[in-house]
Amino acid sequence: MENYQKIALIGGVYSNYLALEATIADAKSRGADAIFCLGDLGAFGPHPDRVFPLLQQNNIAVVQGNYDNSIGNNLKDCQCGYTDPRDNYFARLSYDYTYANTSEANKQWMKDLPAEIRFNMGKYRVLLCHGSPRKMNEFLWDSTTPTHFLEKLCEDFQADIICATHTGLHWQRSLESDRHFANVGVIGRPENNGETHVGYMMLTVNPQPVFEYIPISYDYQRLAKEMREESLPEEFVETILGGWWTTCLEILPAKERITGQY
Amino acid sequence: MNNTAIPNPQTAIKHPDLHLDALDNLWFQVSGTLCNIACDHCFISCSPRNHSFELMTLAEIRPHLEASREMGVKEYYFTGGEPFMNKEMLDILELTLQYGPATVLSNGMLITEKKARRLREIEAASHYSLELRISIDGYTEEMNDAIRGEGVFKKAMKGVQLLYAHGFLPIITVTKTWEDYEDEAVLDGFLNVLKSHGYARPRIKILPSLKLGKEVARSRGYDQYEMVTEEMLVDYDCSQFICANSRVVTNRGIYVCPILIESPSAHMGDTLAEATKSYELKEQACYTCYLYGAICSNFSSGKREA
Repeated sequence: MENYQKIALIGGVYSNYLALEATIADAKSRGADAIFCLGDLGAFGPHPDRVFPLLQQNNIAVVQGNYDNSIGNNLKDCQCGYTDPRDNYFARLSYDYTYANTSEANKQWMKDLPAEIRFNMGKYRVLLCHGSPRKMNEFLWDSTTPTHFLEKLCEDFQADIICATHTGLHWQRSLESDRHFANVGVIGRPENNGETHVGYMMLTVNPQPVFEYIPISYDYQRLAKEMREESLPEEFVETILGGWWTTCLEILPAKERITGQY
Repeated sequence: MNNTAIPNPQTAIKHPDLHLDALDNLWFQVSGTLCNIACDHCFISCSPRNHSFELMTLAEIRPHLEASREMGVKEYYFTGGEPFMNKEMLDILELTLQYGPATVLSNGMLITEKKARRLREIEAASHYSLELRISIDGYTEEMNDAIRGEGVFKKAMKGVQLLYAHGFLPIITVTKTWEDYEDEAVLDGFLNVLKSHGYARPRIKILPSLKLGKEVARSRGYDQYEMVTEEMLVDYDCSQFICANSRVVTNRGIYVCPILIESPSAHMGDTLAEATKSYELKEQACYTCYLYGAICSNFSSGKREA
């Protein structure tokens, strides 16, 4: 089993291949031993096929997200877990575009991705997953995830460090038992804070685990232009240009919702 | 004419047992069946005089919160009746928010300036979210008060305004008492009226009505064939049932879900540990849960796709 000291953890890509390029370059420049992606390669952005060569050429191990599972298995929707009709309307537009523009070979590649990746870092057993170790599309938000719940996840899944994505907002918590949880955020769209950058998580274990969230600037103007050229919803473009979420908001808990604009 | 007797489906059909996947949601019947109003569609017929279940004290709730840690409970919900009839409600919330996120299902009528301010303080002191779900069943006084009682609309809207003014985004919870084709018009009606009352970013959750309690007289009860059978669960996502991930604590012990506290078969025991056994889905309200899915949680209101 590999024993890394410093790893880059990339959350949902959402077809943002420009941010993926910038993130990979940044992680390499900081001397990451390995780069991992926690899934959801498609959705939201343009030209879904452009992320695959970047992942494959840079030996990035990828966990299967709900989007990858849906596209890979030809399912009828993204299994994002939205419940509001407006959220589902936009999720549908995004899913249909992504499905229609993903090659058969890439669909097959996504179908075969693992639901989790495990390895050790020092004495810590690391588990990488998409939503949570128990459910691929479970939302783990900072304000609705009790510490005792995280302790139980670590116990049930025999892990000391659990990393996930899926919500779109990064956060990190260390538990009393020297166990740790991180939501690594996403690079697909900004964090609903009025900023245009995205970000990823660097995890260093030497010998204690240290999580560092690293903001990534990328050519978001170009991404917005390509999204418009592909006739993706203007609501999505607005998020890329302005940094505020305009859709898929109803799933946000109170504390995360109130700080946004919509 | 064929005179073959039709078997009573209630007894002839084997109902499936549903096991608890994980106790994610712990509910408290914090005001029992006591409410300051008596809505026509209440599935447990709460009223100012219904003492079937009594108010719960902070001292009664504390050991369940403590027990919930080991079970990995994710969210705490408070319902009734009207939770703010419980004089200890704010203290109960303050304590709960040390454990995890809390949601209160209220009619909003008892929210005062002082209470809203205190709720704000309690929320700000916690790492976890405090959600307030305010029930309003029509976007006009006429529509709402026909179901919930005279003068209720104005008081509920005042509660919403006070909460919004104190930095909350209450989730307006609406029980569906209209036809499907009216969905869009009703939703637009709510959005407009809430915005015109100053609630600029309204959140709305629509619930199906449960054909129990007073709702039976208002619309109808369940048809004898409206029930859950084993065949219906083939390829069905059973996590859609509330009882796959929830239990409710009352002053009379622990029940399988907040809907069924009046069904003796739904009593699961006196401690959380006893209440983890599986439950036979034999109540007809289980059929509504089957159709609409996890109807009680904050972010689940979707009608099941065919």
